Amino acid sequence: MDTNLPTGSALDVLVQSDRARTTLYTDRALFEQEMTKVFENTWVWVAHASEIAKPGDFKTAHVGLQPVIVVRDRKGEVHVHVNRCRHRAATVCEVAKGKTSSFVCPYHGWAYALDGSLRGVPFEAGYDGQLDKPQLGLRSLRVEEYNGLIFATCKPDMEPLTDFLGGAKKWIDLFMKQGAGFPLITQGEHKFRFPGNWKIQLENTTDAYHFPLVHKSFLSAADRETVDSWDIMRKGGYVEDLGNGHSVMVMMPELVDLEADLDAPIPEKFEALAAELRHDHPEQQVRRIVRAVGGCGFNLNLFPNLGCSAAFFRVLQPISVDETEIRHVALGMQGGPAAANRARLRIHEFFQGPMGFGTPDDAEVWDRVQHGAAGGRDLWILLNRGLSHEEMLPEGGRRSDVSAETGMRAAYRQWKKLMEA
Amino acid sequence: MTTTMTRIDAAISLEEAMQFAWLEGDLLDSADYDAWLALWTPTSRYVVPIEPGATDFENTLNYAYDDGMMRAKRVDRLTSGQSVSASPVPRTVRLLSRFRVLRSDAEGCELRCAQLLTEFRRERERSYAADIEFLFVRTADGLRIERKVIRLINATAALGGIGYIL
Repeated sequence: MDTNLPTGSALDVLVQSDRARTTLYTDRALFEQEMTKVFENTWVWVAHASEIAKPGDFKTAHVGLQPVIVVRDRKGEVHVHVNRCRHRAATVCEVAKGKTSSFVCPYHGWAYALDGSLRGVPFEAGYDGQLDKPQLGLRSLRVEEYNGLIFATCKPDMEPLTDFLGGAKKWIDLFMKQGAGFPLITQGEHKFRFPGNWKIQLENTTDAYHFPLVHKSFLSAADRETVDSWDIMRKGGYVEDLGNGHSVMVMMPELVDLEADLDAPIPEKFEALAAELRHDHPEQQVRRIVRAVGGCGFNLNLFPNLGCSAAFFRVLQPISVDETEIRHVALGMQGGPAAANRARLRIHEFFQGPMGFGTPDDAEVWDRVQHGAAGGRDLWILLNRGLSHEEMLPEGGRRSDVSAETGMRAAYRQWKKLMEA
Repeated sequence: MTTTMTRIDAAISLEEAMQFAWLEGDLLDSADYDAWLALWTPTSRYVVPIEPGATDFENTLNYAYDDGMMRAKRVDRLTSGQSVSASPVPRTVRLLSRFRVLRSDAEGCELRCAQLLTEFRRERERSYAADIEFLFVRTADGLRIERKVIRLINATAALGGIGYIL
Protein backbone atom coordinates (compact mmCIF):
# COMPACT_ATOMS: atom_id res chain seq x y z
CA MET A 1 0.00 0.00 0.00
CA ASP A 2 1.00 3.54 -0.60
CA THR A 3 1.76 5.06 2.76
CA ASN A 4 1.09 8.61 1.53
CA LEU A 5 -2.61 7.94 1.15
CA PRO A 6 -5.24 7.65 3.83
CA THR A 7 -6.13 3.99 4.12
CA GLY A 8 -9.66 2.84 3.50
CA SER A 9 -10.38 5.48 0.88
CA ALA A 10 -13.67 4.99 -0.93
CA LEU A 11 -11.65 5.23 -4.13
CA ASP A 12 -9.48 2.21 -3.30
CA VAL A 13 -11.88 0.13 -5.35
CA LEU A 14 -10.90 2.25 -8.37
CA VAL A 15 -7.26 3.15 -7.88
CA GLN A 16 -4.50 1.53 -5.88
CA SER A 17 -0.85 2.46 -5.88
CA ASP A 18 0.02 -0.01 -8.65
CA ARG A 19 -3.25 -0.43 -10.56
CA ALA A 20 -6.41 1.29 -11.75
CA ARG A 21 -9.82 -0.12 -12.58
CA THR A 22 -10.76 -0.43 -16.27
CA THR A 23 -13.86 1.72 -15.66
CA LEU A 24 -11.61 4.76 -15.30
CA TYR A 25 -11.62 4.79 -19.10
CA THR A 26 -15.32 4.06 -19.61
CA ASP A 27 -17.51 5.38 -16.77
CA ARG A 28 -19.43 8.47 -17.88
CA ALA A 29 -20.33 9.55 -14.35
CA LEU A 30 -16.67 9.38 -13.37
CA PHE A 31 -15.77 11.52 -16.38
CA GLU A 32 -18.28 14.20 -15.33
CA GLN A 33 -16.73 14.25 -11.86
CA GLU A 34 -13.20 14.49 -13.27
CA MET A 35 -14.11 17.56 -15.30
CA THR A 36 -14.87 19.45 -12.09
CA LYS A 37 -12.94 17.69 -9.32
CA VAL A 38 -9.71 17.34 -11.29
CA PHE A 39 -9.75 20.05 -13.96
CA GLU A 40 -11.35 22.79 -11.85
CA ASN A 41 -9.14 22.19 -8.82
CA THR A 42 -5.69 22.36 -10.31
CA TRP A 43 -3.55 24.50 -12.60
CA VAL A 44 -4.38 23.78 -16.24
CA TRP A 45 -2.00 24.82 -19.03
CA VAL A 46 -3.68 27.19 -21.49
CA ALA A 47 -0.99 28.85 -23.61
CA HIS A 48 2.65 29.51 -24.31
CA ALA A 49 3.56 33.19 -23.92
CA SER A 50 4.68 33.40 -27.57
CA GLU A 51 1.17 32.51 -28.77
CA ILE A 52 -0.14 35.80 -27.34
CA ALA A 53 3.02 37.86 -27.56
CA LYS A 54 1.52 41.33 -28.11
CA PRO A 55 -1.32 43.37 -26.56
CA GLY A 56 -4.64 42.32 -28.09
CA ASP A 57 -3.37 38.85 -29.06
CA PHE A 58 -5.70 36.06 -27.98
CA LYS A 59 -6.33 32.34 -28.38
CA THR A 60 -9.22 30.17 -27.31
CA ALA A 61 -8.68 27.12 -25.10
CA HIS A 62 -10.46 24.99 -22.52
CA VAL A 63 -10.11 24.44 -18.80
CA GLY A 64 -11.71 21.04 -18.44
CA LEU A 65 -14.85 21.44 -20.55
CA GLN A 66 -15.16 25.19 -19.98
CA PRO A 67 -14.33 27.27 -23.05
CA VAL A 68 -11.93 30.10 -22.24
CA ILE A 69 -10.18 32.97 -23.98
CA VAL A 70 -6.53 33.63 -23.20
CA VAL A 71 -5.76 37.26 -23.98
CA ARG A 72 -3.04 39.85 -23.39
CA ASP A 73 -4.50 43.25 -22.49
CA ARG A 74 -3.21 46.70 -23.45
CA LYS A 75 -0.90 46.78 -20.45
CA GLY A 76 0.59 43.40 -21.34
CA GLU A 77 -1.16 41.46 -18.59
CA VAL A 78 -2.55 38.01 -19.46
CA HIS A 79 -6.18 37.18 -18.64
CA VAL A 80 -8.10 33.95 -18.96
CA HIS A 81 -11.83 34.60 -19.31
CA VAL A 82 -14.62 32.06 -19.44
CA ASN A 83 -15.89 32.38 -23.02
CA ARG A 84 -19.49 33.06 -22.05
CA CYS A 85 -21.51 36.24 -22.28
CA ARG A 86 -22.88 37.24 -18.89
CA HIS A 87 -26.24 38.06 -20.48
CA ARG A 88 -27.52 34.83 -22.01
CA ALA A 89 -24.39 32.66 -22.21
CA ALA A 90 -23.36 32.79 -25.90
CA THR A 91 -19.64 32.56 -26.56
CA VAL A 92 -18.11 35.96 -27.26
CA CYS A 93 -15.34 34.51 -29.45
CA GLU A 94 -15.27 31.55 -31.83
CA VAL A 95 -11.92 32.27 -33.45
CA ALA A 96 -8.99 29.98 -32.52
CA LYS A 97 -6.41 32.77 -32.44
CA GLY A 98 -6.05 36.37 -33.51
CA LYS A 99 -5.82 39.97 -32.44
CA THR A 100 -8.66 42.16 -31.22
CA SER A 101 -9.52 45.26 -29.20
CA SER A 102 -12.67 43.82 -27.60
CA PHE A 103 -14.98 40.81 -27.46
CA VAL A 104 -18.54 41.45 -28.60
CA CYS A 105 -21.33 38.94 -28.09
CA PRO A 106 -23.00 38.24 -31.45
CA TYR A 107 -26.44 37.69 -29.86
CA HIS A 108 -27.34 41.11 -28.34
CA GLY A 109 -24.10 43.00 -28.71
CA TRP A 110 -22.76 43.14 -25.16
CA ALA A 111 -19.15 44.28 -25.50
CA TYR A 112 -16.24 43.42 -23.24
CA ALA A 113 -12.79 44.96 -22.95
CA LEU A 114 -9.67 42.77 -23.11
CA ASP A 115 -9.51 42.72 -19.31
CA GLY A 116 -13.04 41.26 -19.31
CA SER A 117 -14.91 44.33 -18.05
CA LEU A 118 -18.34 44.98 -19.55
CA ARG A 119 -18.10 48.14 -21.63
CA GLY A 120 -21.17 48.37 -23.79
CA VAL A 121 -24.78 47.19 -23.64
CA PRO A 122 -26.98 48.13 -26.62
CA PHE A 123 -30.23 49.93 -25.76
CA GLU A 124 -29.16 50.06 -22.14
CA ALA A 125 -32.11 52.36 -21.30
CA GLY A 126 -34.29 49.23 -21.24
CA TYR A 127 -32.67 48.33 -17.90
CA ASP A 128 -33.79 51.65 -16.33
CA GLY A 129 -30.29 52.29 -14.98
CA GLN A 130 -30.40 49.14 -12.83
CA LEU A 131 -27.87 46.99 -14.72
CA ASP A 132 -24.88 46.46 -12.41
CA LYS A 133 -22.26 46.57 -15.14
CA PRO A 134 -19.17 46.43 -12.89
CA GLN A 135 -20.42 43.05 -11.62
CA LEU A 136 -21.09 41.68 -15.10
CA GLY A 137 -17.63 41.41 -16.60
CA LEU A 138 -16.55 38.08 -18.14
CA ARG A 139 -15.69 35.57 -15.44
CA SER A 140 -11.89 35.56 -15.13
CA LEU A 141 -9.77 32.73 -13.82
CA ARG A 142 -6.56 33.03 -11.85
CA VAL A 143 -3.56 33.11 -14.18
CA GLU A 144 0.11 32.48 -13.45
CA GLU A 145 3.11 31.93 -15.69
CA TYR A 146 6.33 30.00 -15.33
CA ASN A 147 9.11 30.29 -17.92
CA GLY A 148 6.68 31.04 -20.74
CA LEU A 149 4.09 28.42 -19.72
CA ILE A 150 0.75 30.07 -18.89
CA PHE A 151 -1.63 28.22 -16.59
CA ALA A 152 -5.11 29.07 -15.30
CA THR A 153 -7.14 27.73 -12.40
CA CYS A 154 -10.81 27.88 -11.47
CA LYS A 155 -9.85 27.46 -7.80
CA PRO A 156 -9.39 30.88 -6.14
CA ASP A 157 -7.26 29.50 -3.28
CA MET A 158 -5.14 27.16 -5.41
CA GLU A 159 -1.52 27.05 -4.27
CA PRO A 160 0.87 29.30 -6.23
CA LEU A 161 1.90 27.85 -9.60
CA THR A 162 5.57 27.60 -8.62
CA ASP A 163 4.64 25.45 -5.62
CA PHE A 164 2.36 23.28 -7.75
CA LEU A 165 5.10 22.73 -10.33
CA GLY A 166 7.65 22.06 -7.57
CA GLY A 167 10.18 19.50 -8.75
CA ALA A 168 9.06 19.95 -12.36
CA LYS A 169 10.42 23.51 -12.59
CA LYS A 170 14.01 22.36 -13.01
CA TRP A 171 12.91 20.21 -15.97
CA ILE A 172 10.89 23.04 -17.52
CA ASP A 173 14.03 25.19 -17.39
CA LEU A 174 16.03 22.41 -19.08
CA PHE A 175 13.31 21.98 -21.72
CA MET A 176 13.38 25.68 -22.61
CA LYS A 177 17.10 25.43 -23.43
CA GLN A 178 16.11 24.14 -26.87
CA GLY A 179 15.72 27.81 -27.84
CA ALA A 180 19.56 27.72 -27.99
CA GLY A 181 19.74 31.24 -26.59
CA PHE A 182 16.79 32.50 -28.63
CA PRO A 183 13.34 32.87 -27.04
CA LEU A 184 11.31 29.71 -27.64
CA ILE A 185 8.25 30.22 -29.87
CA THR A 186 5.44 28.03 -31.12
CA GLN A 187 5.57 27.19 -34.85
CA GLY A 188 2.09 25.82 -35.56
CA GLU A 189 0.42 22.64 -34.39
CA HIS A 190 -1.03 19.31 -35.42
CA LYS A 191 -4.45 18.63 -33.96
CA PHE A 192 -6.13 15.25 -33.98
CA ARG A 193 -8.70 13.22 -32.07
CA PHE A 194 -8.82 9.62 -31.03
CA PRO A 195 -11.79 7.67 -29.72
CA GLY A 196 -10.50 7.05 -26.21
CA ASN A 197 -10.30 8.41 -22.69
CA TRP A 198 -7.92 11.29 -21.93
CA LYS A 199 -5.98 9.34 -19.30
CA ILE A 200 -4.81 6.87 -21.96
CA GLN A 201 -2.82 9.74 -23.51
CA LEU A 202 -1.76 11.06 -20.11
CA GLU A 203 -0.15 7.69 -19.38
CA ASN A 204 1.59 7.54 -22.74
CA THR A 205 3.84 10.59 -22.30
CA THR A 206 6.00 8.67 -19.82
CA ASP A 207 5.61 5.25 -21.42
CA ALA A 208 8.94 4.20 -22.94
CA TYR A 209 7.85 0.57 -22.96
CA HIS A 210 5.67 0.97 -26.08
CA PHE A 211 8.24 2.81 -28.16
CA PRO A 212 10.25 0.02 -29.85
CA LEU A 213 7.09 -1.88 -30.82
CA VAL A 214 4.50 0.78 -31.67
CA HIS A 215 7.03 3.00 -33.42
CA LYS A 216 8.78 0.28 -35.38
CA SER A 217 7.72 1.80 -38.70
CA PHE A 218 9.09 5.19 -37.62
CA LEU A 219 12.40 3.57 -36.65
CA SER A 220 12.53 1.73 -39.98
CA ALA A 221 12.13 5.04 -41.84
CA ALA A 222 14.63 6.95 -39.69
CA ASP A 223 18.38 7.28 -40.25
CA ARG A 224 20.86 5.15 -38.29
CA GLU A 225 21.79 7.93 -35.85
CA THR A 226 18.16 8.60 -35.02
CA VAL A 227 17.58 4.90 -34.50
CA ASP A 228 20.59 4.72 -32.16
CA SER A 229 19.43 7.70 -30.17
CA TRP A 230 15.95 6.12 -29.83
CA ASP A 231 17.41 2.86 -28.50
CA ILE A 232 15.99 4.08 -25.20
CA MET A 233 15.47 0.75 -23.48
CA ARG A 234 19.24 0.27 -23.25
CA LYS A 235 20.57 3.75 -22.49
CA GLY A 236 20.31 3.97 -18.74
CA GLY A 237 17.34 6.32 -18.76
CA TYR A 238 14.86 6.57 -15.93
CA VAL A 239 11.44 7.83 -14.87
CA GLU A 240 11.03 10.06 -11.87
CA ASP A 241 7.88 10.98 -9.93
CA LEU A 242 8.17 14.75 -9.37
CA GLY A 243 5.15 15.13 -7.07
CA ASN A 244 1.64 16.59 -7.67
CA GLY A 245 1.12 14.11 -10.51
CA HIS A 246 4.06 15.37 -12.56
CA SER A 247 6.78 13.06 -13.83
CA VAL A 248 9.77 13.03 -16.13
CA MET A 249 10.99 10.23 -18.37
CA VAL A 250 14.64 10.59 -19.32
CA MET A 251 15.08 8.63 -22.53
CA MET A 252 18.43 9.98 -23.75
CA PRO A 253 20.56 10.90 -20.73
CA GLU A 254 23.12 12.53 -23.05
CA LEU A 255 20.49 15.11 -24.09
CA VAL A 256 19.21 16.23 -20.70
CA ASP A 257 21.18 19.49 -20.72
CA LEU A 258 21.37 20.92 -24.23
CA GLU A 259 24.02 23.45 -23.18
CA ALA A 260 26.43 20.78 -21.97
CA ASP A 261 28.84 18.74 -24.11
CA LEU A 262 28.97 21.31 -26.89
CA ASP A 263 32.30 19.87 -27.97
CA ALA A 264 30.78 16.47 -28.75
CA PRO A 265 30.92 15.55 -32.47
CA ILE A 266 28.05 16.90 -34.57
CA PRO A 267 25.80 14.05 -35.71
CA GLU A 268 26.10 13.27 -39.41
CA LYS A 269 22.39 13.97 -39.94
CA PHE A 270 22.96 17.60 -38.87
CA GLU A 271 26.24 18.16 -40.78
CA ALA A 272 24.54 19.95 -43.69
CA LEU A 273 22.64 22.19 -41.27
CA ALA A 274 25.84 22.97 -39.34
CA ALA A 275 27.64 23.85 -42.58
CA GLU A 276 24.82 26.23 -43.50
CA LEU A 277 24.82 27.85 -40.04
CA ARG A 278 28.60 28.39 -40.14
CA HIS A 279 28.09 31.11 -42.79
CA ASP A 280 26.53 33.41 -40.20
CA HIS A 281 27.36 32.03 -36.76
CA PRO A 282 30.50 31.31 -34.73
CA GLU A 283 31.32 27.64 -34.12
CA GLN A 284 30.14 27.54 -30.49
CA GLN A 285 26.75 28.95 -31.47
CA VAL A 286 26.48 26.56 -34.40
CA ARG A 287 27.03 23.68 -31.99
CA ARG A 288 24.53 25.05 -29.51
CA ILE A 289 21.84 25.47 -32.20
CA VAL A 290 22.48 22.10 -33.80
CA ARG A 291 22.35 20.33 -30.46
CA ALA A 292 19.03 22.04 -29.66
CA VAL A 293 17.36 21.35 -33.02
CA GLY A 294 16.34 17.78 -32.19
CA GLY A 295 14.94 18.73 -28.79
CA CYS A 296 15.63 17.34 -25.32
CA GLY A 297 16.19 13.74 -24.37
CA PHE A 298 13.24 13.65 -21.98
CA ASN A 299 9.46 13.89 -21.74
CA LEU A 300 8.08 15.98 -18.89
CA ASN A 301 4.47 15.24 -17.99
CA LEU A 302 2.69 18.08 -16.19
CA PHE A 303 -0.55 16.86 -14.65
CA PRO A 304 -3.19 17.06 -15.96
CA ASN A 305 -2.89 18.34 -19.54
CA LEU A 306 0.59 19.31 -20.75
CA GLY A 307 3.51 17.24 -21.92
CA CYS A 308 6.82 18.96 -22.65
CA SER A 309 7.78 16.14 -24.92
CA ALA A 310 11.33 16.09 -26.34
CA ALA A 311 10.89 18.83 -28.97
CA PHE A 312 7.21 19.86 -28.75
CA PHE A 313 4.25 20.50 -26.45
CA ARG A 314 1.61 17.80 -26.23
CA VAL A 315 -1.69 19.24 -25.02
CA LEU A 316 -4.55 16.95 -24.17
CA GLN A 317 -8.18 18.03 -24.11
CA PRO A 318 -10.90 15.69 -22.90
CA ILE A 319 -13.98 15.83 -25.14
CA SER A 320 -16.08 13.04 -23.64
CA VAL A 321 -15.41 9.85 -21.70
CA ASP A 322 -14.33 8.13 -24.90
CA GLU A 323 -13.00 10.97 -27.03
CA THR A 324 -9.87 13.09 -26.61
CA GLU A 325 -8.30 15.83 -28.65
CA ILE A 326 -4.52 16.11 -28.80
CA ARG A 327 -2.43 18.98 -30.06
CA HIS A 328 1.24 18.62 -30.87
CA VAL A 329 2.65 22.13 -30.88
CA ALA A 330 5.86 22.62 -32.85
CA LEU A 331 8.52 24.86 -31.31
CA GLY A 332 11.19 27.09 -32.76
CA MET A 333 13.73 29.80 -32.06
CA GLN A 334 12.40 33.34 -32.29
CA GLY A 335 14.74 35.28 -34.54
CA GLY A 336 16.85 32.14 -34.88
CA PRO A 337 18.29 30.86 -38.17
CA ALA A 338 15.54 29.93 -40.66
CA ALA A 339 17.43 26.76 -41.60
CA ALA A 340 17.33 25.56 -37.98
CA ASN A 341 13.63 26.32 -37.63
CA ARG A 342 12.96 24.51 -40.90
CA ALA A 343 14.85 21.49 -39.60
CA ARG A 344 12.63 21.51 -36.51
CA LEU A 345 9.48 21.66 -38.67
CA ARG A 346 10.60 18.69 -40.78
CA ILE A 347 11.46 16.64 -37.66
CA HIS A 348 8.01 17.46 -36.25
CA GLU A 349 6.21 16.52 -39.48
CA PHE A 350 8.10 13.24 -39.68
CA PHE A 351 6.75 11.82 -36.41
CA GLN A 352 3.77 13.94 -35.35
CA GLY A 353 0.28 14.58 -36.53
CA PRO A 354 -2.42 12.65 -38.38
CA MET A 355 -0.04 11.96 -41.28
CA GLY A 356 3.15 11.53 -39.24
CA PHE A 357 5.11 8.29 -38.97
CA GLY A 358 4.49 8.02 -35.21
CA THR A 359 1.24 9.64 -34.08
CA PRO A 360 -1.19 7.48 -36.10
CA ASP A 361 0.29 4.34 -34.53
CA ASP A 362 -0.07 5.82 -31.04
CA ALA A 363 -3.65 6.79 -31.83
CA GLU A 364 -4.38 3.30 -33.11
CA VAL A 365 -3.21 1.54 -29.93
CA TRP A 366 -5.08 4.04 -27.71
CA ASP A 367 -8.21 3.37 -29.76
CA ARG A 368 -7.57 -0.34 -29.13
CA VAL A 369 -7.29 0.31 -25.37
CA GLN A 370 -10.69 2.03 -25.34
CA HIS A 371 -12.26 -0.74 -27.41
CA GLY A 372 -10.75 -3.44 -25.20
CA ALA A 373 -11.81 -1.63 -22.03
CA ALA A 374 -15.43 -2.47 -22.88
CA GLY A 375 -14.48 -5.99 -21.79
CA GLY A 376 -13.63 -7.09 -18.25
CA ARG A 377 -14.72 -3.92 -16.53
CA ASP A 378 -13.89 -5.45 -13.16
CA LEU A 379 -10.31 -6.14 -14.25
CA TRP A 380 -7.37 -3.90 -13.40
CA ILE A 381 -5.14 -1.79 -15.62
CA LEU A 382 -1.68 -2.89 -14.42
CA LEU A 383 0.69 -0.06 -13.53
CA ASN A 384 3.26 -2.01 -11.56
CA ARG A 385 6.13 -2.16 -14.05
CA GLY A 386 9.39 -1.11 -12.39
CA LEU A 387 7.81 -0.84 -8.93
CA SER A 388 9.91 -3.63 -7.45
CA HIS A 389 13.13 -1.71 -8.04
CA GLU A 390 11.78 1.82 -7.53
CA GLU A 391 14.01 3.95 -5.30
CA MET A 392 12.82 6.62 -2.89
CA LEU A 393 14.84 9.78 -3.41
CA PRO A 394 16.05 11.96 -0.53
CA GLU A 395 13.82 14.88 -1.62
CA GLY A 396 10.77 12.60 -1.50
CA GLY A 397 10.55 11.67 -5.18
CA ARG A 398 10.63 8.16 -6.60
CA ARG A 399 12.70 6.85 -9.44
CA SER A 400 12.80 3.68 -11.50
CA ASP A 401 14.08 2.54 -14.88
CA VAL A 402 13.09 4.21 -18.15
CA SER A 403 10.33 1.74 -18.95
CA ALA A 404 8.84 1.78 -15.44
CA GLU A 405 5.25 2.91 -14.97
CA THR A 406 6.38 5.32 -12.26
CA GLY A 407 4.96 8.35 -14.11
CA MET A 408 1.55 6.72 -14.44
CA ARG A 409 1.53 5.81 -10.77
CA ALA A 410 2.34 9.47 -10.00
CA ALA A 411 -0.55 10.69 -12.19
CA TYR A 412 -3.07 8.29 -10.69
CA ARG A 413 -1.97 9.18 -7.15
CA GLN A 414 -2.75 12.83 -7.94
CA TRP A 415 -6.00 11.85 -9.68
CA LYS A 416 -7.08 9.98 -6.57
CA LYS A 417 -6.15 12.86 -4.28
CA LEU A 418 -8.24 15.32 -6.29
CA MET A 419 -11.17 12.95 -6.81
CA GLU A 420 -11.51 12.19 -3.11
CA ALA A 421 -11.14 15.81 -1.97
CA MET B 1 10.04 9.86 -85.04
CA THR B 2 6.43 9.94 -86.04
CA THR B 3 4.60 13.16 -86.58
CA THR B 4 1.90 12.25 -84.04
CA MET B 5 4.30 12.67 -81.09
CA THR B 6 3.56 15.70 -78.92
CA ARG B 7 6.32 18.28 -78.69
CA ILE B 8 7.84 18.46 -75.21
CA ASP B 9 7.07 22.18 -74.93
CA ALA B 10 3.43 21.82 -76.01
CA ALA B 11 0.98 23.13 -73.41
CA ILE B 12 -0.89 20.40 -71.51
CA SER B 13 -4.60 20.39 -72.34
CA LEU B 14 -7.43 20.14 -69.82
CA GLU B 15 -8.23 16.69 -71.20
CA GLU B 16 -4.65 15.45 -70.68
CA ALA B 17 -4.43 16.98 -67.22
CA MET B 18 -7.74 15.43 -66.11
CA GLN B 19 -6.72 12.01 -67.38
CA PHE B 20 -3.42 12.27 -65.54
CA ALA B 21 -5.02 13.37 -62.24
CA TRP B 22 -7.43 10.44 -62.49
CA LEU B 23 -4.56 8.08 -63.17
CA GLU B 24 -2.79 9.28 -60.03
CA GLY B 25 -5.95 8.87 -57.94
CA ASP B 26 -6.62 5.41 -59.34
CA LEU B 27 -3.07 4.22 -58.56
CA LEU B 28 -3.48 5.33 -54.94
CA ASP B 29 -6.93 3.76 -54.50
CA SER B 30 -5.70 0.52 -56.03
CA ALA B 31 -2.51 0.57 -53.92
CA ASP B 32 -0.25 0.45 -56.98
CA TYR B 33 2.44 2.39 -55.16
CA ASP B 34 5.46 1.70 -57.36
CA ALA B 35 3.60 3.07 -60.36
CA TRP B 36 2.52 6.03 -58.22
CA LEU B 37 6.11 6.79 -57.14
CA ALA B 38 7.17 6.80 -60.80
CA LEU B 39 4.76 9.66 -61.63
CA TRP B 40 6.88 12.31 -59.94
CA THR B 41 9.77 14.50 -61.08
CA PRO B 42 13.02 14.34 -59.05
CA THR B 43 12.41 17.86 -57.63
CA SER B 44 8.74 17.37 -56.82
CA ARG B 45 6.88 17.90 -53.55
CA TYR B 46 3.75 16.35 -52.10
CA VAL B 47 2.24 18.80 -49.62
CA VAL B 48 -0.66 18.69 -47.18
CA PRO B 49 -0.69 22.15 -45.58
CA ILE B 50 -2.52 23.12 -42.38
CA GLU B 51 -3.24 26.82 -42.77
CA PRO B 52 -5.62 27.83 -45.58
CA GLY B 53 -3.80 29.96 -48.12
CA ALA B 54 -0.32 28.86 -47.00
CA THR B 55 2.21 29.07 -49.84
CA ASP B 56 5.61 29.10 -48.09
CA PHE B 57 5.41 25.40 -47.30
CA GLU B 58 9.11 25.06 -46.56
CA ASN B 59 8.97 27.49 -43.64
CA THR B 60 5.56 26.40 -42.33
CA LEU B 61 4.34 23.39 -40.40
CA ASN B 62 2.46 21.02 -42.72
CA TYR B 63 0.80 17.64 -42.24
CA ALA B 64 3.09 16.35 -44.96
CA TYR B 65 5.86 17.97 -46.98
CA ASP B 66 7.36 15.09 -48.90
CA ASP B 67 10.21 14.94 -51.36
CA GLY B 68 10.90 11.74 -53.24
CA MET B 69 12.65 10.09 -50.31
CA MET B 70 9.79 10.82 -47.92
CA ARG B 71 7.22 9.54 -50.43
CA ALA B 72 9.17 6.30 -50.75
CA LYS B 73 9.26 5.99 -46.93
CA ARG B 74 5.54 6.67 -46.79
CA VAL B 75 4.96 3.83 -49.24
CA ASP B 76 7.25 1.51 -47.23
CA ARG B 77 5.23 2.32 -44.13
CA LEU B 78 2.02 1.28 -45.89
CA THR B 79 3.45 -1.94 -47.27
CA SER B 80 5.89 -3.17 -44.58
CA GLY B 81 3.26 -4.38 -42.11
CA GLN B 82 5.20 -2.70 -39.27
CA SER B 83 2.69 0.07 -38.68
CA VAL B 84 -0.28 -0.96 -36.55
CA SER B 85 -2.36 1.91 -37.98
CA ALA B 86 -1.61 0.84 -41.54
CA SER B 87 -2.23 -2.87 -40.99
CA PRO B 88 -4.43 -3.17 -42.86
CA VAL B 89 -4.15 -0.01 -44.91
CA PRO B 90 -7.57 1.71 -45.02
CA ARG B 91 -9.50 1.22 -48.23
CA THR B 92 -10.12 4.44 -50.06
CA VAL B 93 -12.23 5.68 -52.93
CA ARG B 94 -11.62 9.18 -54.22
CA LEU B 95 -13.63 11.18 -56.69
CA LEU B 96 -11.93 14.02 -58.54
CA SER B 97 -14.01 16.61 -60.31
CA ARG B 98 -14.51 20.36 -60.90
CA PHE B 99 -11.30 20.48 -62.94
CA ARG B 100 -10.00 23.87 -63.98
CA VAL B 101 -6.74 24.70 -65.71
CA LEU B 102 -5.39 27.84 -64.05
CA ARG B 103 -2.41 28.13 -66.36
CA SER B 104 -0.89 25.95 -69.03
CA ASP B 105 2.15 26.79 -71.10
CA ALA B 106 5.57 25.42 -72.02
CA GLU B 107 6.58 25.46 -68.32
CA GLY B 108 3.75 23.30 -67.09
CA CYS B 109 0.08 23.07 -66.24
CA GLU B 110 -1.57 24.21 -63.02
CA LEU B 111 -4.71 22.19 -62.51
CA ARG B 112 -7.13 22.77 -59.64
CA CYS B 113 -9.82 20.28 -58.77
CA ALA B 114 -12.02 18.98 -55.99
CA GLN B 115 -11.48 15.65 -54.25
CA LEU B 116 -14.02 13.77 -52.16
CA LEU B 117 -12.38 10.81 -50.47
CA THR B 118 -14.02 8.12 -48.39
CA GLU B 119 -11.90 5.80 -46.25
CA PHE B 120 -12.95 2.59 -44.57
CA ARG B 121 -11.08 0.63 -41.94
CA ARG B 122 -12.01 -1.37 -38.86
CA GLU B 123 -15.76 -0.74 -39.14
CA ARG B 124 -15.23 3.01 -39.44
CA GLU B 125 -16.01 5.11 -42.49
CA ARG B 126 -14.72 8.67 -42.76
CA SER B 127 -14.65 11.33 -45.48
CA TYR B 128 -12.24 14.07 -46.33
CA ALA B 129 -13.00 16.86 -48.82
CA ALA B 130 -10.16 18.82 -50.34
CA ASP B 131 -9.10 21.19 -53.04
CA ILE B 132 -6.13 19.79 -54.91
CA GLU B 133 -3.64 21.97 -56.78
CA PHE B 134 -1.47 20.06 -59.22
CA LEU B 135 1.49 21.29 -61.18
CA PHE B 136 2.10 18.90 -64.10
CA VAL B 137 5.03 19.05 -66.47
CA ARG B 138 5.61 17.31 -69.77
CA THR B 139 8.78 15.24 -70.00
CA ALA B 140 10.25 12.96 -72.65
CA ASP B 141 8.58 10.08 -70.77
CA GLY B 142 5.16 11.72 -70.59
CA LEU B 143 3.41 13.83 -67.98
CA ARG B 144 4.92 14.02 -64.49
CA ILE B 145 3.86 15.64 -61.22
CA GLU B 146 6.03 18.56 -60.09
CA ARG B 147 3.78 19.53 -57.17
CA LYS B 148 0.61 18.30 -55.53
CA VAL B 149 -0.95 20.39 -52.76
CA ILE B 150 -3.92 18.90 -50.92
CA ARG B 151 -5.90 21.55 -49.07
CA LEU B 152 -8.31 19.74 -46.77
CA ILE B 153 -11.33 21.93 -46.05
CA ASN B 154 -11.04 20.99 -42.37
CA ALA B 155 -7.23 21.19 -42.18
CA THR B 156 -7.28 23.48 -39.14
CA ALA B 157 -9.69 21.21 -37.24
CA ALA B 158 -8.83 18.06 -35.32
CA LEU B 159 -8.39 15.21 -37.81
CA GLY B 160 -8.38 11.47 -37.32
CA GLY B 161 -5.26 9.45 -38.14
CA ILE B 162 -4.77 9.39 -41.93
CA GLY B 163 -3.04 6.08 -42.54
CA TYR B 164 -2.89 6.30 -46.33
CA ILE B 165 -1.86 8.78 -49.03
CA LEU B 166 -4.33 11.60 -49.69
